[in-house]
Amino acid sequence: MDLNVYAARMLPEAEYFAPGHRACLGCGHGISVRLVMKALGPRTIVSNATGCLEIVSSTYPQTAWKVPWIHVAFETAASVASGVEAGVKVLQRKGRYPEKERVTVLAIAGDGGTADIGMQGLSGALERAHDFIYVCLDNEAYMNTGIQRSSSTPYGSWTTTSPSGAKSIGQKTWKKNMPAIAAAHGIPYVATATPAYPFDMVEKLRKAKEVEGPAYVHVFSPCPTGWRLDPSMTVQIARLAVQTAAFPLYEIEDGRMKVTVKPSKLRPLVEYFKPQRRFSHLSEKDVKAIQKRVRAEYKKLLAREKEGF
Amino acid sequence: MSHRKGLEVSLGISEAIKACDVDVISAYPITPQTHIVEKLSEIVAEGELDAEFIMVESEHSAMAACCGAAAAGARTFTSTASQGLQLMSEIVYIASSMRLPIVMAVANRSLSGPLSIWGDHLDVMANRDSGWIKYFVENGQAAHDHMFMAYRVAENPKVLLPVMVNLDGFQLTHVIEPIELIEAEELGDFIPPFIPQIQLNPLEPVTMGPAGTPAMFTEGKKAQEAALRDSRPVIDEAWEEFGKRFGRNYKAVETYYTDDAEVIILGMGGLTGTAKSAVRSMRADGRKVGMINLRLFRPFPDEDLHKVLSGVKVVAVCDRAMSYGGPGGPVASELKTSFYGHPDAPYIASFILGLAGRDVRTGDFEHVARRAEELADIGDPAPYELIGLRE
Repeated sequence: MDLNVYAARMLPEAEYFAPGHRACLGCGHGISVRLVMKALGPRTIVSNATGCLEIVSSTYPQTAWKVPWIHVAFETAASVASGVEAGVKVLQRKGRYPEKERVTVLAIAGDGGTADIGMQGLSGALERAHDFIYVCLDNEAYMNTGIQRSSSTPYGSWTTTSPSGAKSIGQKTWKKNMPAIAAAHGIPYVATATPAYPFDMVEKLRKAKEVEGPAYVHVFSPCPTGWRLDPSMTVQIARLAVQTAAFPLYEIEDGRMKVTVKPSKLRPLVEYFKPQRRFSHLSEKDVKAIQKRVRAEYKKLLAREKEGF
Repeated sequence: MSHRKGLEVSLGISEAIKACDVDVISAYPITPQTHIVEKLSEIVAEGELDAEFIMVESEHSAMAACCGAAAAGARTFTSTASQGLQLMSEIVYIASSMRLPIVMAVANRSLSGPLSIWGDHLDVMANRDSGWIKYFVENGQAAHDHMFMAYRVAENPKVLLPVMVNLDGFQLTHVIEPIELIEAEELGDFIPPFIPQIQLNPLEPVTMGPAGTPAMFTEGKKAQEAALRDSRPVIDEAWEEFGKRFGRNYKAVETYYTDDAEVIILGMGGLTGTAKSAVRSMRADGRKVGMINLRLFRPFPDEDLHKVLSGVKVVAVCDRAMSYGGPGGPVASELKTSFYGHPDAPYIASFILGLAGRDVRTGDFEHVARRAEELADIGDPAPYELIGLRE
């Protein structure tokens, strides 16, 4: 094994998201945020939306954050980050900010705080071109309040407010394409990532940090509690999501699409669905139909990459 | 040197914000606040003020961005009105609980529906318990001056609370008045540099705005409430110092012909100017009528009001807001609560007028004074009376 290949990708030993927080067993957020923070480093200010991450990491008088961190409300991760970025910028310009080096501003929110209630604030902040990174931790439903559907919940998934039943397949709508919406703002960097591919994820966050202007990183973060999944399978299920193309990994750098992880052969979607009881009500026919759509979407990504835009 | 010039009141506010050397402005346009932020945009664009101007996509984001900027240690300003204040209301409450010294000018305007762009106090009263210090100003000069007062008080390490300066939409924001402008160089150290006690800064990481369990919440709220109550000496000290330096004197409860008055009209904001004229003409007719301009609504100046009103026969409180199904106008009900059980409490009559810019004339105050005396004799037939209602 050539260690030099990995040396460049080594992560710092330092932890900026401390252990001992209150996340559920197998929570994808804990793994994701630990990696995000290792990639971004100590000169980072975090603006956190209300949600799972905020609750498990901040409950007074304890904190898991070794970097400056602020929480205001559910829908305000991006708008608060706008203010932090503007504040640091003007104070550095006027020579009144203690930190003289470039500071990374990170807004972080769940899929509800991003694709639903926080969408307007996020769109505004992207359009205004603040120099910040937005990370959406997508666990595909409102998990903090007890597994209610969001616009990021995948088609066919059971949640408490999209229950499967005699007259319901579960979630009736297709997952909102948040990265595409972010990219439509013409921002310099958009990527999808998941902690099952840690090098890919860290590299993307490092790029997001280097970029001047807004960067959007959509992180697929499994929730064993809400997905009715064995908590030891968090990383495995995230890998299966990529290998079945349920959640493809790509980046859009200055408008150019690149699929960063390309499985040589896509695995059948049922392998990803099977361990999760949120999909257990789906018939073989349902899964086939969903797989058809999933693969069509993946093909579109590959085609776009090939066309070079 | 200070110089007096004819200026639209909104622009007087913008000029004050410039003199205060504000770092971050974050705002969204809403009538009748627009002229304030338009002028500020121009001031920043011309390089007259070194600030970041975030033209956000909603008032909700305006207040959220102010929170972020203030937490980073910047001096922040925003301005809104009406629906805008309602939309940002969630964050207005959070700003005070996080002890962020944001200053906001509210161009008071009615609330929908029906949609109305015109002035009254429904917007601010919907934010009554938001934990902000709340001034009400009565003219352009007071509006200009209170922006300075606001920063001095808000950023005082003993206070660290956001401050709202309320001025009547249109009836104040859009009129041209003679205003003596205070320039940055005349300001001296009236507003010391903002030194945040806690700051988002990688060199000294802090966690701001954490989740609170029931075991901590009550203590947090008590501390917040105490900070608001304890801000009063700082508020008074700011007025006193301002008077010494700039020769204009303000206080929480401004009195006019109250010494021997049997009937006292009490109001907030621009309508007190009209009330003054009415008092003068009633005095000329030999009627013992006086007036109170309540300039500070939070913290509520109970003791000052008790001092002036104890032993007075009747107080006619003139509210520009309603409390649907409640005990009368909001200021009237607060005054009643304040005087409950007080041995020398006056009779407190509640009048509601001037809703959504409806004209309030001197004659209305003459009617209010007369009617308040009648009500004191016959007792309350209703929780409040509406002035100028077409039957």
